[in-house]
Order: sequence, then structure tokens, then C-alpha cells
Amino acid sequence: MATVRKNKSDYGGLYKGHPGQYSWILHRITGVAIILFLFMHVVDTALIGWGPEAYERVLRAYQNPLIHLLELGLVIAVLYHSINGFKITLIDFFPKLVSHIKGISLATAVVFALTAIPTTVIMLKQTYDLWKA
Amino acid sequence: MATTTTPRPTQNQPDPRDRRLGRERPIGGGELWLWLFMRISGLILMVLALGHLVIMHLIGTGAERINFGFVAVRWASPFWRTWDWMLLMLALIHGINGLRNITLDYVTRPGLRLAINMTSYVIGFTLMVLGTVIVVTFDPSRWPGAV
Repeated sequence: MATVRKNKSDYGGLYKGHPGQYSWILHRITGVAIILFLFMHVVDTALIGWGPEAYERVLRAYQNPLIHLLELGLVIAVLYHSINGFKITLIDFFPKLVSHIKGISLATAVVFALTAIPTTVIMLKQTYDLWKA
Repeated sequence: MATTTTPRPTQNQPDPRDRRLGRERPIGGGELWLWLFMRISGLILMVLALGHLVIMHLIGTGAERINFGFVAVRWASPFWRTWDWMLLMLALIHGINGLRNITLDYVTRPGLRLAINMTSYVIGFTLMVLGTVIVVTFDPSRWPGAV
């Protein structure tokens, strides 16, 4: 008689999904983060219409190391949303490219890494300089 | 995704759409124009927004070097005023429509969905007006000695 074994493998382990699911949800999360920041950013930039004192008061609030780290997160979010959005547009305009989706996704990840890494280095150095100042 | 679809054929004949490669997209009307707008504006925003980030956040000390005088010099050029105005408008429309797509996916109660969408439309419209007024009317000579 066969023994019924309730091992982890009987259930196939954790469902890990399709890579496209992750890029899709990241596209949404970064998009929402960017538009919420944009709402605030239009208001703070518009303060320039009330003169240098009002504008530079809000700029000073931004110019500290902690906000600079959030700024790094924003830049990385825009970078991801742009590069992944380009992939989406490419595939939607040229649906036959779907058969090369693995290569295109890999290329997207490589381009993201090649741009995100130097961006992070540059902005972390700016943060460090702010911290020292 | 927010898409409009036609009902599938009820007979047992193959649906030609099954053999077509690619992702689902709206079949027509306003939704198809918005689908196209999201992609075209996205391509333009890659230049406008990424250029903006490189110029304002990455070069030199980044956003640290921005002050009233910096913007006054930048906006002396109609090119940069046009750049910033296009960035403002395209990013807001692209973002507001993105939010609308998300509420269509996750918010099923019609009243709540309408309330969320209306709130984001009002915020978006207000910011477009505010931003446009400032970009067009900004005149640093109103504050002598500030630049």
C-alpha cells in the first residue's frame, strides 16, 4: 500500500508566478509613487511664482540627506517605469516580438541595471556630501 | 487592464484572436485612443522626464544647486519653458489615466470608483492650470536683485 506523504513537495512548493507578473506589479507601484510625488512637486515648483523667499524655503526643506535618499528612490522608480514602459510599448506595437519575450526582458533588466547602478553611486555620493556639509 | 472586449463566438469554431500573438488591447473608441496615448506619451516622457532628472538631479551637486536664480536663468529660455510645460501636461495626463486604469481594475463599487476618479481628475486639472499659469507668467524682474 502506498503511503500518502504530506511533504512540502506534494504541494509543489511556493507558487512563484511568471516573471511578467512582477514587472507588471512593479510598473503599477512605481507609477502610483511617481504620480503622487508629481502632485506635490507641481505645487512646490509653483511656489516660485510667489518669489524667491517662498520658493527657497520649500527647497531648503528638501535639501537634507534623508529626503535625498527618497529622491534616489524616485529617480530609480522613474528609470524602471521608463525602461519597462518602453518594453511594453515595443511588444504592443510589434506583437510578433512576444516570441522573443525572454530576450527582451533580459535586455530590459540589463539596461535597467546599467543605468540604475551609476545613478545610485552618483546620488549616494551627493547624499554623503550633504551629510558632511 | 481596462479593456473593452467583444463577446466570444458561441459556436465551436476557432476564435481568430486565439492565434494572434501579443497582449490584449482595447478594440476601439476612447479606450483605444487612451491606450495609444499612454504609449506615445510614454515614449516622449522618456526624453522629457529622464532628461529632466539628469539635468536637475544628477549633474554636479544635483538638486542642491537649484534656487530661484537657477530657475530664473533656465526659464529665460523659451525652450526650457516649453520642455517643462510639456513635461507637466504629459506626465499629469499619463499619470491620471494610469490611476484611472488601476481603479477600474481594483475598485468595483461604482460610487467609490467615481469618487476616486473625480478626485484625481480635479487634482490633475487644478495642477495643470496652476503649473501652466506659473510657467507662462513667471517673471523674475518682479523681484529685483533676487537673481
